[in-house]
Amino acid sequence: MNGVHDMGGMENLGRVSPEPDEPVFHHAWEGRVHAMTVASPTRGNIDAGRHQRELIPGPEYLAMSYYEKWFRSLGELLVRHGAVTAEELASGRADPAAPKATPRLRAEDAAAAMTRPLSYIREAAPPRFAVGDRVRARNLNPPGHTRLPRYVRGHLGEIVARRGAHVFPDSHAHGKGEDPRPLYAVRFSARELWGEAADPRDSVSLDLWEPYLEPA
Amino acid sequence: MAHDHHDHQHGHGHDHDHGQDPPSDMALRVKALESLMIEKGLVDPAALDAIVDHFEHKVGPRNGARVVARAWTDPAYKARLLEDATAAIAELGFTGRQGEHMVVVENTPAVHNLVVCTLCSCYPWPVLGLPPVWYKSAPYRSRAVIDPRGVIAEFGTVLPEEVAVRVWDSTAEVRYLVLPERPAGTGDLDEAALAALVTRDGMIGTRRL
Repeated sequence: MNGVHDMGGMENLGRVSPEPDEPVFHHAWEGRVHAMTVASPTRGNIDAGRHQRELIPGPEYLAMSYYEKWFRSLGELLVRHGAVTAEELASGRADPAAPKATPRLRAEDAAAAMTRPLSYIREAAPPRFAVGDRVRARNLNPPGHTRLPRYVRGHLGEIVARRGAHVFPDSHAHGKGEDPRPLYAVRFSARELWGEAADPRDSVSLDLWEPYLEPA
Repeated sequence: MAHDHHDHQHGHGHDHDHGQDPPSDMALRVKALESLMIEKGLVDPAALDAIVDHFEHKVGPRNGARVVARAWTDPAYKARLLEDATAAIAELGFTGRQGEHMVVVENTPAVHNLVVCTLCSCYPWPVLGLPPVWYKSAPYRSRAVIDPRGVIAEFGTVLPEEVAVRVWDSTAEVRYLVLPERPAGTGDLDEAALAALVTRDGMIGTRRL
């Protein structure tokens, strides 16, 4: 989806404003939203969570703080997954007739779960491209979730690393399974992306799945 | 029901939103959703406390600074770090969410690396903690890829023209950590003293040490 979340290369969105001695959370509720999102039964699909935030309409997305976006998406995701009903979300009251779930994360296991090594690498068909291959990012404009930013579509790059086969967000975010595909680090020269005014030494590298790429 | 959970939070000192001021609209709305999720059996409030504690106190840039200082003082460790960063970082005990597939990119006199996530907020939690607001904000996400030298200059570092800038856009589950150059004149410092020199921004690449 060509949403405002896909920001790479835009200008005039304001100054980068670092805050000295910034706290981890600016308000207690931000920490709760972060923890609720991480502990939520919907967190098993990180791609669906990202897509839910992308579905916030552009003008609102740009106006909301980071954790306001997380909060809104968490409620919508819980409804979408059937974990709460829209009526329960609106009223804040659980339907007394609804069965009670069991939390995915228990207190005694929560800290350990945060540090448990996981992996997004899966078995899949062997990679089509090798390090050094020239590739072109395909001009794809899917209506749903994708991790192929607009600013590289149609541009020529070079494979600089193979990352193994990873869960494919374009499928996974939409409940179509993990659909693992080979993932590559692809380097694009700054001039290829931004034209002759860019510094000839500079480059931008992205991790791109094989379906995003074609031989060049 | 909901009242019990409020009491629970007060008991753990989470409500610095309150103080003398009435709770904000967001604080009330978040509290309502938390109460609903607890009532539905979807989350355990004590687990939420543990998660908040983890992100406020257990992870942060001090972890990454230890990785960098070890790499500066132990060439064999540095070689392992550049070869398989996930495993080398796990040697120091830093593993978990948003650090599943780590890659360390090394700054040299000829190359400077800068990390961004243009699509959302991807960031290596086990070694840097949660990202600062500016990293997640539209100005940084938009400009880091088209004007990295300008962004870095705003942070106070004017890169020499001959240095190549390599931007890494975190579009998948691979997470990047910049290995800064060891500052000159630090030959007599031990690992702990070196770690104290390493900043979060140095490991994102918005500053040179």
